[in-house]
Amino acid sequence: MREGKVWKYGDNVNTDVIFPGKYTYAIMEPEEMARHALEDLDPEFAARVKKGDYIVAGKNFGCGSSREQAATCLKAAGVRAVIAESFARIFFRNAINQGLPVIQCPDAVFAAAAEDVISVDFADGKIHMPQGSFPFAPLPASVLGILDAGGLIAYTKQRLETERKKS
Amino acid sequence: MGKTFSEKILGRKAGKAVQTGEVVTVSPDHVLSHDNTAAIVKEFQKLGIDRVKAPDKLVVILDHVVPAAAEKYALNHKNIREFIAAQGVKNFFDVSHGICHQVLTEAGLAVPGALILGADSHTPSYGALGAFSAGIGRSEVASVWATDEIWLRVPETIRVEMNGRLRKGVYAKDAILYLIGREGADRANYMAVEYAGSAAAEFSIGSRLVFCNMAAEMGAKNGYFAPDEITLEYLRDRAREGFDAVESDADAVYAAELKLDLGAIGPQVACPHTVDNVVPVDRVQGTPFHQALIGTCTNGRLEDLEAAARIFKGRRVHQGIRVLIIPASRMEYLAALRSGILEVFVEAGCLILNPGCGPCLGAHQGILAPGEVALSTANRNFRGRMGSRDSEIYLASPATVAASAIMGKITDPREYL
Repeated sequence: MREGKVWKYGDNVNTDVIFPGKYTYAIMEPEEMARHALEDLDPEFAARVKKGDYIVAGKNFGCGSSREQAATCLKAAGVRAVIAESFARIFFRNAINQGLPVIQCPDAVFAAAAEDVISVDFADGKIHMPQGSFPFAPLPASVLGILDAGGLIAYTKQRLETERKKS
Repeated sequence: MGKTFSEKILGRKAGKAVQTGEVVTVSPDHVLSHDNTAAIVKEFQKLGIDRVKAPDKLVVILDHVVPAAAEKYALNHKNIREFIAAQGVKNFFDVSHGICHQVLTEAGLAVPGALILGADSHTPSYGALGAFSAGIGRSEVASVWATDEIWLRVPETIRVEMNGRLRKGVYAKDAILYLIGREGADRANYMAVEYAGSAAAEFSIGSRLVFCNMAAEMGAKNGYFAPDEITLEYLRDRAREGFDAVESDADAVYAAELKLDLGAIGPQVACPHTVDNVVPVDRVQGTPFHQALIGTCTNGRLEDLEAAARIFKGRRVHQGIRVLIIPASRMEYLAALRSGILEVFVEAGCLILNPGCGPCLGAHQGILAPGEVALSTANRNFRGRMGSRDSEIYLASPATVAASAIMGKITDPREYL
């Protein structure tokens, strides 16, 4: 289990502050998206985030625009998972479709502080933190299939290939 | 036990009776994308297939940065046009048509009972016509293009019972801002919002679009008005396909039933930097600003422009204020042109821009500098959305924006009507 540092934020972190609209049709590569991740919320994040770090946030994370780059840029920046009290619907789907794990666990959010070093056991459904271990409900099997494939595009590609072989 | 409209529409698509909470695999009637079509094409090309499965279902409308503001946008548009031609997509609307949600609606593609998915978070708009419509991401659109299928969870429904009548100078925008302020930005997360009650039936399609468009700002998956005479009248000579309207049963089970007394609401303003940070206009009266925007998919229709024009008529925009008017579509532009109100705007000192999303998402046509403040009829006021992260956005009705533009500070519109 890889350990990573906590980046802690509040409620209603919206997709405009995660990935500003002015870049949505100008930047197409994930690596470049990563350089602007959370730019309008925490201008230091993109430069200082390390591969395997975690974002821990409050209610309604990812509200706003349907732009999938909000998930893409966090994943490309190295974020291992986003842990929140709750997620906005489209972001939740987009994150899974980008292969970025999203974990709903209010207890862990209340306990976590910025800079804490934590790890997540996805098989076991537990977040291990200095304050203790917090269980979370695992995602449904169908959704885990998309995450395991590395995202929806890879998942759909596999599915189409399987269908072709059958026919 | 009765069924909600969501259970009925998704059940019909799934070919079986479905219940709230159930995950169904369904085939949509239309899949909308806009300038992001270029990025979706890139994802689609990774799937290892050449052809879109059901090209007649695609609706592609260029609106976000139109006409192209720089070479990179021009290249996106060019790639989209080439893909459209190669795939034989017939519902393609190039840069001259306007904002996707308005264009799809006025083209008669949004009909009662339809299932519409879109790569845009304001796709819930089409519930104004009795459709089930929800926003999805780019990967999902690429996947639907390939498979003609998507999984959806049948949402719980919040019923909003609207009673009373809006007072003079108060509009659908004020009512929905008030509701979002009262209920919070995540109140309807994952849920459908059904606007009902005696007052709901009196709203025009334009006003219903305001309510459903902004349901997204409560976190809703979709919004909905039961189709009625007003819906049928709007669709007469317009609907491009037959339809079978559905309504929620009287004994349908709702997650919550909210009440909204329209007569008790005055003009509202959403303050920076969240849409649920809503106050009555008198609480922020006198707040200075630099740029006004009247338009967007929320408030760029003829009824919105007329409400603003009534206030601008015979008056001048205050010195130091820039007023941008952006009709939601070419058809709304034409209607405004024929009615003579564009002349009112120009005489007052407003700047009229071409139909499109304009500066709403901060890409072009009126970007804010650090320290600047905008007052806008759009649906979002998130930090940095219209430009600098050190700028601010207030949201209000077209009438409030117009009265404020004349006074040079946020103003209650009721004394200017």
